[in-house]
Amino acid sequence: MSLSHDQIRRIARLARIAIRPEESEAVLARLNRVLALVEELRAVDTTSVEPMSHAVDVVQRLRRDEVTEQDRHAVYQSVAPAVQDDLYLVPKVIE
Amino acid sequence: MLDATLAELSAALAAKRISSVELTGAFLDRVGKLNPELNAFITVDRERSLGQARAADAIRARGDAGPLAGIPVALKDIYCTKGQRTTCGSRMLEHFVSPYDAHVVEQLERAGAVTLGKCNMDEFAMGSSNENSYFGPVRNPWDRRRVPGGSSGGSAAAVAARMAPAATGTDTGGSVRQPAAFSGVCGLRPTYGLVSRYGLIAFASSLDQAGPIARSAADLALLLNVMAGFDARDSTSLDRPKEDYTRNLEMKMAGLRIGLPAEYFGEGIEPGVRKAVEAAVAWFAAQGARTVALELSRTKLAVPAYYVIAPAEASSNLSRFDGVRYGHRAKAYEDLVDMYCRTRAEGFGAEVKQRILVGTYVLSHGYYDAYYLQAQKVRRLIAQEFALAFEKCDLILGPTAPTTAFEIGARADDPVQMYLGDIFTIPAPLAGLPALSIPCGFDEKGLPVGLQLMGTHFSEARLLGAAHRYQQATDWHKRVPRETPL
Repeated sequence: MSLSHDQIRRIARLARIAIRPEESEAVLARLNRVLALVEELRAVDTTSVEPMSHAVDVVQRLRRDEVTEQDRHAVYQSVAPAVQDDLYLVPKVIE
Repeated sequence: MLDATLAELSAALAAKRISSVELTGAFLDRVGKLNPELNAFITVDRERSLGQARAADAIRARGDAGPLAGIPVALKDIYCTKGQRTTCGSRMLEHFVSPYDAHVVEQLERAGAVTLGKCNMDEFAMGSSNENSYFGPVRNPWDRRRVPGGSSGGSAAAVAARMAPAATGTDTGGSVRQPAAFSGVCGLRPTYGLVSRYGLIAFASSLDQAGPIARSAADLALLLNVMAGFDARDSTSLDRPKEDYTRNLEMKMAGLRIGLPAEYFGEGIEPGVRKAVEAAVAWFAAQGARTVALELSRTKLAVPAYYVIAPAEASSNLSRFDGVRYGHRAKAYEDLVDMYCRTRAEGFGAEVKQRILVGTYVLSHGYYDAYYLQAQKVRRLIAQEFALAFEKCDLILGPTAPTTAFEIGARADDPVQMYLGDIFTIPAPLAGLPALSIPCGFDEKGLPVGLQLMGTHFSEARLLGAAHRYQQATDWHKRVPRETPL
Protein backbone atom coordinates (compact mmCIF):
# COMPACT_ATOMS: atom_id res chain seq x y z
CA MET A 1 0.00 0.00 0.00
CA SER A 2 1.15 3.56 -0.44
CA LEU A 3 0.54 6.57 1.71
CA SER A 4 -1.42 9.69 0.85
CA HIS A 5 -0.56 13.29 1.70
CA ASP A 6 -3.25 13.21 4.39
CA GLN A 7 -1.64 10.20 6.01
CA ILE A 8 1.79 11.83 5.93
CA ARG A 9 0.34 14.87 7.69
CA ARG A 10 -1.22 12.63 10.35
CA ILE A 11 2.00 10.65 10.92
CA ALA A 12 4.09 13.82 11.04
CA ARG A 13 1.69 15.24 13.62
CA LEU A 14 2.00 12.05 15.72
CA ALA A 15 5.80 12.22 15.43
CA ARG A 16 5.83 15.94 16.29
CA ILE A 17 7.80 16.84 13.19
CA ALA A 18 6.77 19.85 11.14
CA ILE A 19 6.80 19.19 7.39
CA ARG A 20 6.64 22.18 5.09
CA PRO A 21 4.12 21.84 2.24
CA GLU A 22 6.92 22.00 -0.35
CA GLU A 23 8.70 19.05 1.34
CA SER A 24 5.65 16.83 1.41
CA GLU A 25 6.03 15.37 -2.08
CA ALA A 26 9.64 14.25 -1.57
CA VAL A 27 8.91 12.83 1.90
CA LEU A 28 5.96 10.92 0.52
CA ALA A 29 8.00 9.44 -2.33
CA ARG A 30 10.81 8.25 -0.05
CA LEU A 31 8.43 6.86 2.55
CA ASN A 32 6.54 4.93 -0.08
CA ARG A 33 9.80 3.44 -1.35
CA VAL A 34 10.63 2.20 2.16
CA LEU A 35 7.12 0.85 2.73
CA ALA A 36 7.29 -1.03 -0.57
CA LEU A 37 10.49 -2.67 0.71
CA VAL A 38 8.94 -3.80 3.98
CA GLU A 39 5.76 -4.96 2.25
CA GLU A 40 7.58 -8.25 1.53
CA LEU A 41 7.20 -9.22 5.19
CA ARG A 42 3.43 -9.50 4.96
CA ALA A 43 3.61 -12.53 2.69
CA VAL A 44 5.65 -14.56 5.23
CA ASP A 45 3.72 -17.27 7.06
CA THR A 46 4.30 -16.57 10.76
CA THR A 47 1.47 -18.66 12.17
CA SER A 48 2.35 -19.72 15.74
CA VAL A 49 5.68 -17.83 15.71
CA GLU A 50 6.31 -15.89 18.91
CA PRO A 51 7.36 -12.28 18.27
CA MET A 52 11.01 -11.69 19.17
CA SER A 53 11.11 -8.38 20.98
CA HIS A 54 14.74 -8.61 22.04
CA ALA A 55 18.07 -9.88 20.80
CA VAL A 56 18.54 -12.33 23.65
CA ASP A 57 15.88 -14.13 25.61
CA VAL A 58 16.66 -13.05 29.16
CA VAL A 59 14.36 -11.89 31.89
CA GLN A 60 14.72 -8.43 33.36
CA ARG A 61 17.04 -8.31 36.32
CA LEU A 62 15.49 -7.23 39.59
CA ARG A 63 17.25 -4.98 42.05
CA ARG A 64 16.72 -4.37 45.73
CA ASP A 65 13.96 -1.92 46.46
CA GLU A 66 16.14 0.85 47.79
CA VAL A 67 17.11 4.35 46.74
CA THR A 68 20.34 4.25 44.76
CA GLU A 69 20.17 7.47 42.78
CA GLN A 70 21.32 10.80 44.09
CA ASP A 71 19.58 14.08 43.36
CA ARG A 72 21.56 15.48 40.43
CA HIS A 73 18.92 17.78 39.00
CA ALA A 74 21.23 20.79 38.97
CA VAL A 75 23.74 18.97 36.74
CA TYR A 76 21.07 17.58 34.44
CA GLN A 77 19.25 20.90 34.16
CA SER A 78 22.49 22.70 33.34
CA VAL A 79 22.18 21.48 29.74
CA ALA A 80 18.50 22.42 29.32
CA PRO A 81 17.49 25.21 26.91
CA ALA A 82 15.40 27.05 29.53
CA VAL A 83 15.23 26.53 33.31
CA GLN A 84 13.92 28.69 36.14
CA ASP A 85 13.65 27.86 39.87
CA ASP A 86 14.69 24.24 39.16
CA LEU A 87 11.86 23.88 36.64
CA TYR A 88 12.04 23.29 32.91
CA LEU A 89 10.37 26.14 31.07
CA VAL A 90 7.93 25.35 28.26
CA PRO A 91 5.38 27.49 26.41
CA LYS A 92 2.18 28.10 28.34
CA VAL A 93 -0.22 25.13 28.05
CA ILE A 94 -3.09 26.32 30.28
CA GLU A 95 -4.62 29.77 29.84
CA MET B 1 54.84 4.65 15.64
CA LEU B 2 51.76 5.79 13.71
CA ASP B 3 51.65 2.40 12.01
CA ALA B 4 52.24 0.25 15.09
CA THR B 5 49.79 -2.24 16.61
CA LEU B 6 48.37 -1.70 20.08
CA ALA B 7 50.62 -4.45 21.43
CA GLU B 8 53.68 -2.74 19.93
CA LEU B 9 52.64 0.65 21.30
CA SER B 10 52.01 -0.89 24.70
CA ALA B 11 55.47 -2.49 24.70
CA ALA B 12 57.11 0.79 23.64
CA LEU B 13 55.30 2.67 26.43
CA ALA B 14 56.21 0.00 29.00
CA ALA B 15 59.90 0.11 27.94
CA LYS B 16 59.83 3.94 28.11
CA ARG B 17 60.94 4.16 24.50
CA ILE B 18 58.15 6.68 24.06
CA SER B 19 55.83 8.55 26.42
CA SER B 20 52.09 8.79 26.05
CA VAL B 21 52.46 12.57 25.67
CA GLU B 22 54.78 12.06 22.67
CA LEU B 23 52.56 9.36 21.19
CA THR B 24 49.36 11.33 21.68
CA GLY B 25 51.02 14.43 20.27
CA ALA B 26 52.11 12.52 17.16
CA PHE B 27 48.57 11.28 16.49
CA LEU B 28 47.11 14.74 17.18
CA ASP B 29 49.55 16.19 14.63
CA ARG B 30 48.44 13.60 12.10
CA VAL B 31 44.79 14.47 12.83
CA GLY B 32 45.59 18.14 12.37
CA LYS B 33 47.20 17.41 9.02
CA LEU B 34 44.60 15.03 7.54
CA ASN B 35 41.31 15.99 9.13
CA PRO B 36 40.64 19.10 7.02
CA GLU B 37 40.47 16.75 4.00
CA LEU B 38 38.92 13.62 5.52
CA ASN B 39 36.54 15.16 8.11
CA ALA B 40 36.81 12.06 10.30
CA PHE B 41 36.71 14.02 13.58
CA ILE B 42 34.01 16.41 14.78
CA THR B 43 35.74 17.48 17.99
CA VAL B 44 39.43 17.44 18.93
CA ASP B 45 40.69 18.97 22.17
CA ARG B 46 44.47 18.84 22.18
CA GLU B 47 44.91 20.03 25.77
CA ARG B 48 42.35 17.59 27.13
CA SER B 49 44.01 14.68 25.33
CA LEU B 50 47.50 15.69 26.41
CA GLY B 51 46.29 16.04 30.00
CA GLN B 52 45.04 12.45 29.89
CA ALA B 53 48.37 11.42 28.33
CA ARG B 54 50.32 13.02 31.19
CA ALA B 55 48.14 11.14 33.68
CA ALA B 56 48.79 7.90 31.79
CA ASP B 57 52.54 8.53 31.85
CA ALA B 58 52.29 8.93 35.61
CA ILE B 59 50.48 5.58 35.88
CA ARG B 60 53.15 3.98 33.69
CA ALA B 61 55.86 5.48 35.90
CA ARG B 62 54.23 3.87 38.95
CA GLY B 63 54.43 0.54 37.14
CA ASP B 64 50.87 -0.71 37.58
CA ALA B 65 49.60 -0.02 34.07
CA GLY B 66 47.38 -2.26 31.93
CA PRO B 67 48.05 -2.81 28.23
CA LEU B 68 46.03 0.20 27.03
CA ALA B 69 47.54 2.76 29.42
CA GLY B 70 48.74 5.77 27.47
CA ILE B 71 47.31 4.61 24.14
CA PRO B 72 45.16 7.14 22.28
CA VAL B 73 41.71 5.92 21.22
CA ALA B 74 39.20 7.89 19.12
CA LEU B 75 35.54 7.76 20.16
CA LYS B 76 32.53 7.73 17.88
CA ASP B 77 30.60 10.88 18.75
CA ILE B 78 27.69 8.80 20.07
CA TYR B 79 29.67 8.00 23.25
CA CYS B 80 28.83 10.56 25.93
CA THR B 81 31.94 12.21 27.35
CA LYS B 82 31.63 14.30 30.49
CA GLY B 83 32.54 17.90 29.89
CA GLN B 84 33.19 17.38 26.18
CA ARG B 85 30.72 17.97 23.39
CA THR B 86 28.80 14.88 22.17
CA THR B 87 26.88 15.66 18.97
CA CYS B 88 25.78 12.26 17.61
CA GLY B 89 26.34 13.84 14.19
CA SER B 90 23.22 15.97 14.64
CA ARG B 91 22.27 19.62 14.72
CA MET B 92 19.96 18.58 17.57
CA LEU B 93 23.03 18.02 19.79
CA GLU B 94 25.44 20.45 18.12
CA HIS B 95 26.22 22.14 21.45
CA PHE B 96 25.37 19.29 23.84
CA VAL B 97 27.90 18.64 26.60
CA SER B 98 27.10 15.47 28.49
CA PRO B 99 26.88 15.61 32.29
CA TYR B 100 28.32 12.07 32.50
CA ASP B 101 30.57 9.55 30.77
CA ALA B 102 29.39 6.44 28.94
CA HIS B 103 30.30 3.17 30.68
CA VAL B 104 32.77 2.31 27.90
CA VAL B 105 34.41 5.73 28.26
CA GLU B 106 34.80 5.09 32.00
CA GLN B 107 36.29 1.67 31.29
CA LEU B 108 38.77 3.08 28.77
CA GLU B 109 39.71 5.87 31.17
CA ARG B 110 40.18 3.38 34.00
CA ALA B 111 42.51 1.43 31.71
CA GLY B 112 44.51 4.61 31.14
CA ALA B 113 43.56 5.04 27.48
CA VAL B 114 43.68 8.60 26.12
CA THR B 115 40.68 10.05 24.28
CA LEU B 116 41.97 11.41 20.98
CA GLY B 117 38.75 13.08 19.90
CA LYS B 118 35.18 12.50 18.83
CA CYS B 119 34.61 10.92 15.43
CA ASN B 120 32.16 11.91 12.74
CA MET B 121 29.20 9.61 12.08
CA ASP B 122 25.86 9.39 10.34
CA GLU B 123 23.33 11.39 12.34
CA PHE B 124 22.07 9.30 15.27
CA ALA B 125 23.91 6.33 13.69
CA MET B 126 21.36 6.15 10.86
CA GLY B 127 23.17 5.54 7.62
CA SER B 128 25.67 3.42 5.74
CA SER B 129 27.83 6.10 4.16
CA ASN B 130 28.45 8.87 6.70
CA GLU B 131 26.73 11.25 4.29
CA ASN B 132 23.96 11.88 6.84
CA SER B 133 26.14 13.82 9.25
CA TYR B 134 25.21 17.42 10.08
CA PHE B 135 28.97 18.02 10.13
CA GLY B 136 29.46 16.92 6.53
CA PRO B 137 30.51 13.66 4.89
CA VAL B 138 33.67 11.76 5.81
CA ARG B 139 35.99 10.87 2.95
CA ASN B 140 37.47 7.43 2.41
CA PRO B 141 41.28 7.48 2.81
CA TRP B 142 41.59 4.98 -0.07
CA ASP B 143 39.76 7.32 -2.45
CA ARG B 144 38.49 10.68 -1.31
CA ARG B 145 35.64 10.71 -3.78
CA ARG B 146 34.17 7.71 -1.98
CA VAL B 147 32.35 7.13 1.29
CA PRO B 148 34.10 5.41 4.21
CA GLY B 149 30.91 3.48 5.06
CA GLY B 150 28.71 4.21 8.03
CA SER B 151 27.48 4.90 10.47
CA SER B 152 30.87 4.70 12.30
CA GLY B 153 32.53 6.19 9.20
CA GLY B 154 34.71 8.71 11.02
CA SER B 155 36.05 6.02 13.38
CA ALA B 156 36.91 3.68 10.48
CA ALA B 157 38.50 6.42 8.36
CA ALA B 158 40.54 7.66 11.34
CA VAL B 159 41.97 4.19 11.97
CA ALA B 160 42.59 3.56 8.26
CA ALA B 161 44.43 6.87 7.81
CA ARG B 162 46.59 6.23 10.92
CA MET B 163 45.03 9.23 12.65
CA ALA B 164 44.25 6.91 15.56
CA PRO B 165 45.56 3.43 16.42
CA ALA B 166 42.05 2.36 17.44
CA ALA B 167 38.54 3.70 17.79
CA THR B 168 35.16 2.83 19.19
CA GLY B 169 32.02 2.41 17.11
CA THR B 170 28.47 1.22 17.53
CA ASP B 171 26.71 -1.36 15.40
CA THR B 172 22.91 -1.54 15.08
CA GLY B 173 22.65 -3.03 11.59
CA GLY B 174 26.32 -3.10 10.56
CA SER B 175 27.65 0.32 11.58
CA VAL B 176 30.96 -1.09 12.85
CA ARG B 177 31.55 -3.83 10.28
CA GLN B 178 30.51 -2.12 7.05
CA PRO B 179 32.69 1.00 7.52
CA ALA B 180 35.53 -1.30 8.63
CA ALA B 181 35.12 -3.18 5.33
CA PHE B 182 34.88 -0.03 3.19
CA SER B 183 37.89 1.56 4.89
CA GLY B 184 40.13 -1.51 5.02
CA VAL B 185 40.25 -1.92 8.81
CA CYS B 186 38.91 -4.40 11.38
CA GLY B 187 35.69 -4.06 13.34
CA LEU B 188 33.86 -6.25 15.82
CA ARG B 189 30.23 -6.26 16.84
CA PRO B 190 30.03 -8.24 20.11
CA THR B 191 27.14 -10.40 21.31
CA TYR B 192 24.19 -8.22 22.33
CA GLY B 193 24.51 -7.40 26.03
CA LEU B 194 28.27 -7.92 26.29
CA VAL B 195 29.16 -4.22 26.26
CA SER B 196 27.10 -1.76 28.30
CA ARG B 197 25.03 0.73 26.32
CA TYR B 198 24.97 3.19 29.24
CA GLY B 199 25.84 6.62 27.91
CA LEU B 200 25.55 5.65 24.25
CA ILE B 201 22.89 7.76 22.58
CA ALA B 202 20.14 5.26 21.77
CA PHE B 203 18.99 4.45 18.23
CA ALA B 204 17.30 1.02 18.25
CA SER B 205 17.74 -0.44 21.71
CA SER B 206 17.09 -4.10 20.95
CA LEU B 207 19.88 -3.97 18.34
CA ASP B 208 22.41 -1.32 19.44
CA GLN B 209 25.77 -2.67 20.54
CA ALA B 210 29.16 -1.04 21.03
CA GLY B 211 32.26 -2.45 19.40
CA PRO B 212 35.93 -1.70 18.67
CA ILE B 213 37.55 -0.68 15.37
CA ALA B 214 41.29 -1.30 14.94
CA ARG B 215 43.86 -2.47 12.43
CA SER B 216 44.12 -6.12 13.53
CA ALA B 217 42.06 -8.82 15.19
CA ALA B 218 44.60 -9.01 18.03
CA ASP B 219 44.04 -5.29 18.69
CA LEU B 220 40.26 -5.79 18.67
CA ALA B 221 40.72 -8.46 21.36
CA LEU B 222 42.73 -6.07 23.58
CA LEU B 223 40.05 -3.40 23.22
CA LEU B 224 37.16 -5.79 23.87
CA ASN B 225 38.90 -6.91 27.08
CA VAL B 226 38.46 -3.36 28.35
CA MET B 227 35.08 -2.51 26.77
CA ALA B 228 33.13 -5.65 27.76
CA GLY B 229 31.76 -6.20 31.24
CA PHE B 230 28.66 -6.08 33.37
CA ASP B 231 27.10 -2.71 34.16
CA ALA B 232 23.95 -2.50 36.26
CA ARG B 233 23.04 0.84 34.64
CA ASP B 234 22.17 -0.93 31.37
CA SER B 235 19.24 -3.24 32.03
CA THR B 236 20.29 -5.45 29.10
CA SER B 237 23.91 -5.79 30.25
CA LEU B 238 24.70 -9.46 30.80
CA ASP B 239 26.13 -10.47 34.17
CA ARG B 240 28.63 -13.14 33.25
CA PRO B 241 32.24 -13.96 34.15
CA LYS B 242 34.92 -11.75 32.60
CA GLU B 243 36.68 -13.34 29.62
CA ASP B 244 40.10 -12.86 28.09
CA TYR B 245 39.37 -12.35 24.41
CA THR B 246 43.00 -12.88 23.46
CA ARG B 247 42.93 -16.46 24.75
CA ASN B 248 42.18 -18.12 21.40
CA LEU B 249 44.46 -16.07 19.17
CA GLU B 250 46.70 -19.07 18.52
CA MET B 251 43.81 -21.46 17.90
CA LYS B 252 44.16 -24.38 15.48
CA MET B 253 42.34 -24.18 12.17
CA ALA B 254 42.25 -27.96 11.64
CA GLY B 255 38.74 -29.26 12.03
CA LEU B 256 37.16 -25.80 12.33
CA ARG B 257 33.79 -25.98 10.54
CA ILE B 258 33.21 -22.90 8.40
CA GLY B 259 29.67 -22.37 7.11
CA LEU B 260 29.27 -20.80 3.67
CA PRO B 261 25.69 -19.62 3.09
CA ALA B 262 24.70 -19.77 -0.59
CA GLU B 263 22.79 -16.50 -0.15
CA TYR B 264 26.02 -14.66 0.74
CA PHE B 265 27.65 -15.65 -2.53
CA GLY B 266 24.69 -15.13 -4.87
CA GLU B 267 23.52 -12.35 -7.16
CA GLY B 268 24.48 -8.75 -6.55
CA ILE B 269 28.00 -9.48 -5.26
CA GLU B 270 30.63 -7.51 -7.13
CA PRO B 271 33.15 -9.81 -8.85
CA GLY B 272 36.09 -8.23 -7.03
CA VAL B 273 34.42 -8.86 -3.66
CA ARG B 274 33.58 -12.45 -4.54
CA LYS B 275 37.12 -13.17 -5.72
CA ALA B 276 38.74 -11.84 -2.54
CA VAL B 277 36.32 -13.65 -0.24
CA GLU B 278 36.69 -16.94 -2.13
CA ALA B 279 40.47 -16.65 -1.85
CA ALA B 280 40.05 -16.32 1.93
CA VAL B 281 37.83 -19.42 1.95
CA ALA B 282 40.57 -21.30 0.09
CA TRP B 283 43.14 -20.17 2.67
CA PHE B 284 41.03 -21.46 5.58
CA ALA B 285 40.47 -24.75 3.74
CA ALA B 286 44.22 -25.10 3.13
CA GLN B 287 44.79 -24.80 6.90
CA GLY B 288 42.56 -27.79 7.51
CA ALA B 289 39.26 -26.02 8.16
CA ARG B 290 36.22 -27.83 6.81
CA THR B 291 33.75 -25.86 4.72
CA VAL B 292 30.05 -26.57 5.17
CA ALA B 293 27.50 -25.51 2.55
CA LEU B 294 24.61 -23.67 4.21
CA GLU B 295 21.28 -22.28 3.16
CA LEU B 296 20.06 -19.20 5.00
CA SER B 297 16.97 -18.71 2.90
CA ARG B 298 15.52 -16.07 5.23
CA THR B 299 18.44 -13.68 4.62
CA LYS B 300 16.38 -11.65 2.15
CA LEU B 301 13.81 -10.94 4.89
CA ALA B 302 16.40 -9.39 7.20
CA VAL B 303 16.52 -5.96 5.54
CA PRO B 304 12.71 -5.51 5.48
CA ALA B 305 12.39 -6.74 9.09
CA TYR B 306 15.17 -4.42 10.19
CA TYR B 307 13.62 -1.41 8.45
CA VAL B 308 10.46 -1.92 10.48
CA ILE B 309 12.02 -2.76 13.86
CA ALA B 310 14.85 -0.21 13.88
CA PRO B 311 12.70 2.79 12.82
CA ALA B 312 10.00 1.74 15.31
CA GLU B 313 12.48 1.73 18.17
CA ALA B 314 14.10 4.91 16.88
CA SER B 315 10.79 6.77 16.76
CA SER B 316 10.32 5.90 20.43
CA ASN B 317 13.91 6.61 21.53
CA LEU B 318 14.18 9.90 19.67
CA SER B 319 10.96 11.24 21.15
CA ARG B 320 13.20 12.43 24.00
CA PHE B 321 14.50 15.23 21.77
CA ASP B 322 11.73 17.68 22.48
CA GLY B 323 13.62 20.92 23.03
CA VAL B 324 12.84 20.87 26.75
CA ARG B 325 15.57 18.97 28.60
CA TYR B 326 18.59 19.21 26.32
CA GLY B 327 19.63 19.92 22.77
CA HIS B 328 18.26 22.29 20.17
CA ARG B 329 15.11 24.34 20.71
CA ALA B 330 13.44 26.32 17.92
CA LYS B 331 13.64 30.08 18.34
CA ALA B 332 10.10 30.87 17.20
CA TYR B 333 6.91 28.92 17.93
CA GLU B 334 3.25 29.44 18.71
CA ASP B 335 2.56 26.90 21.46
CA LEU B 336 3.99 23.77 23.06
CA VAL B 337 3.15 21.37 20.23
CA ASP B 338 4.42 23.86 17.68
CA MET B 339 7.65 24.15 19.70
CA TYR B 340 8.11 20.36 19.55
CA CYS B 341 7.33 20.20 15.84
CA ARG B 342 9.63 23.02 14.82
CA THR B 343 12.43 21.96 17.17
CA ARG B 344 12.43 18.47 15.68
CA ALA B 345 12.04 19.70 12.10
CA GLU B 346 15.09 21.95 12.54
CA GLY B 347 17.17 19.63 14.71
CA PHE B 348 16.89 16.38 12.73
CA GLY B 349 18.22 15.75 9.23
CA ALA B 350 16.23 14.19 6.38
CA GLU B 351 17.16 10.53 6.97
CA VAL B 352 16.44 10.69 10.70
CA LYS B 353 13.07 12.33 10.10
CA GLN B 354 12.24 9.73 7.50
CA ARG B 355 13.01 6.87 9.88
CA ILE B 356 11.03 8.47 12.70
CA LEU B 357 8.06 8.81 10.34
CA VAL B 358 8.36 5.17 9.19
CA GLY B 359 8.61 4.07 12.82
CA THR B 360 5.63 6.16 13.85
CA TYR B 361 3.59 4.68 11.01
CA VAL B 362 4.41 1.01 11.72
CA LEU B 363 3.57 1.51 15.40
CA SER B 364 0.34 3.40 14.76
CA HIS B 365 -3.15 2.09 15.36
CA GLY B 366 -4.24 -0.31 12.63
CA TYR B 367 -0.72 -1.04 11.36
CA TYR B 368 1.04 -2.34 14.47
CA ASP B 369 0.17 -6.00 13.90
CA ALA B 370 0.70 -5.96 10.15
CA TYR B 371 4.14 -4.35 10.31
CA TYR B 372 5.75 -4.25 13.73
CA LEU B 373 4.51 -7.51 15.21
CA GLN B 374 5.01 -9.30 11.91
CA ALA B 375 8.60 -8.00 11.70
CA GLN B 376 9.27 -9.29 15.22
CA LYS B 377 7.98 -12.72 14.20
CA VAL B 378 10.18 -12.71 11.10
CA ARG B 379 13.06 -11.70 13.36
CA ARG B 380 12.52 -14.90 15.34
CA LEU B 381 12.46 -16.96 12.14
CA ILE B 382 15.83 -15.48 11.17
CA ALA B 383 17.28 -16.16 14.64
CA GLN B 384 16.00 -19.77 14.50
CA GLU B 385 17.63 -20.27 11.12
CA PHE B 386 20.99 -19.17 12.57
CA ALA B 387 20.56 -21.48 15.56
CA LEU B 388 20.09 -24.46 13.22
CA ALA B 389 23.04 -23.38 11.07
CA PHE B 390 25.35 -23.23 14.10
CA GLU B 391 24.61 -26.89 14.81
CA LYS B 392 26.45 -27.66 11.58
CA CYS B 393 29.31 -25.16 11.74
CA ASP B 394 31.48 -23.17 14.18
CA LEU B 395 31.43 -19.92 12.28
CA ILE B 396 29.80 -18.46 9.19
CA LEU B 397 31.93 -16.74 6.57
CA GLY B 398 30.99 -14.37 3.76
CA PRO B 399 31.52 -10.86 2.44
CA THR B 400 30.76 -7.99 4.85
CA ALA B 401 29.09 -6.03 2.04
CA PRO B 402 28.17 -6.93 -1.55
CA THR B 403 30.24 -4.02 -2.91
CA THR B 404 33.30 -1.97 -2.05
CA ALA B 405 33.03 1.72 -1.14
CA PHE B 406 30.77 3.70 -3.48
CA GLU B 407 31.11 7.31 -4.56
CA ILE B 408 29.77 10.11 -2.40
CA GLY B 409 26.26 10.90 -3.63
CA ALA B 410 25.86 7.67 -5.63
CA ARG B 411 23.06 6.25 -3.46
CA ALA B 412 21.73 9.45 -1.93
CA ASP B 413 18.51 9.56 -3.94
CA ASP B 414 17.30 6.05 -3.25
CA PRO B 415 16.97 4.98 0.38
CA VAL B 416 16.17 1.39 -0.57
CA GLN B 417 19.32 0.93 -2.64
CA MET B 418 21.32 2.21 0.34
CA TYR B 419 19.49 -0.13 2.75
CA LEU B 420 19.98 -3.23 0.58
CA GLY B 421 23.75 -2.72 0.79
CA ASP B 422 23.46 -3.82 4.44
CA ILE B 423 22.02 -7.24 3.57
CA PHE B 424 24.94 -9.19 5.07
CA THR B 425 25.44 -7.14 8.23
CA ILE B 426 21.81 -6.88 9.34
CA PRO B 427 21.09 -10.57 10.07
CA ALA B 428 23.59 -10.96 12.98
CA PRO B 429 22.17 -8.05 15.05
CA LEU B 430 18.62 -9.31 14.53
CA ALA B 431 19.73 -12.60 16.12
CA GLY B 432 21.96 -10.88 18.72
CA LEU B 433 25.05 -12.66 17.36
CA PRO B 434 28.67 -11.46 17.33
CA ALA B 435 30.34 -10.77 13.99
CA LEU B 436 33.51 -9.13 12.77
CA SER B 437 34.92 -7.73 9.55
CA ILE B 438 38.58 -7.89 8.49
CA PRO B 439 40.27 -6.87 5.23
CA CYS B 440 40.73 -9.75 2.76
CA GLY B 441 41.97 -8.07 -0.41
CA PHE B 442 41.25 -5.34 -2.91
CA ASP B 443 39.01 -5.05 -5.92
CA GLU B 444 40.16 -3.95 -9.39
CA LYS B 445 39.72 -0.31 -8.36
CA GLY B 446 42.16 -0.80 -5.49
CA LEU B 447 39.42 -0.54 -2.85
CA PRO B 448 39.48 -2.77 0.24
CA VAL B 449 37.17 -5.80 0.54
CA GLY B 450 35.82 -6.92 3.92
CA LEU B 451 35.51 -10.51 5.08
CA GLN B 452 32.80 -11.17 7.65
CA LEU B 453 32.91 -13.92 10.27
CA MET B 454 29.77 -14.52 12.32
CA GLY B 455 29.55 -16.79 15.34
CA THR B 456 27.10 -18.05 17.89
CA HIS B 457 26.47 -16.09 21.12
CA PHE B 458 29.66 -15.38 23.13
CA SER B 459 31.98 -16.82 20.47
CA GLU B 460 34.03 -13.60 20.18
CA ALA B 461 37.29 -15.32 21.20
CA ARG B 462 36.87 -17.90 18.44
CA LEU B 463 36.02 -15.28 15.79
CA LEU B 464 39.04 -13.23 16.84
CA GLY B 465 41.24 -16.34 16.81
CA ALA B 466 40.25 -17.32 13.29
CA ALA B 467 40.72 -13.73 12.12
CA HIS B 468 44.11 -13.47 13.81
CA ARG B 469 45.39 -16.69 12.23
CA TYR B 470 44.32 -15.35 8.83
CA GLN B 471 46.14 -12.08 9.54
CA GLN B 472 49.33 -13.92 10.51
CA ALA B 473 49.38 -15.29 6.96
CA THR B 474 48.18 -12.21 5.04
CA ASP B 475 49.07 -8.52 5.01
CA TRP B 476 45.85 -6.94 3.72
CA HIS B 477 45.29 -5.33 7.12
CA LYS B 478 48.76 -3.76 7.06
CA ARG B 479 48.31 -1.81 3.83
CA VAL B 480 48.36 1.96 4.17
CA PRO B 481 45.75 3.89 2.13
CA ARG B 482 47.35 5.41 -0.94
CA GLU B 483 45.90 8.88 -0.34
CA THR B 484 47.20 9.11 3.24
CA PRO B 485 50.82 7.87 3.06
CA LEU B 486 52.84 7.83 6.27
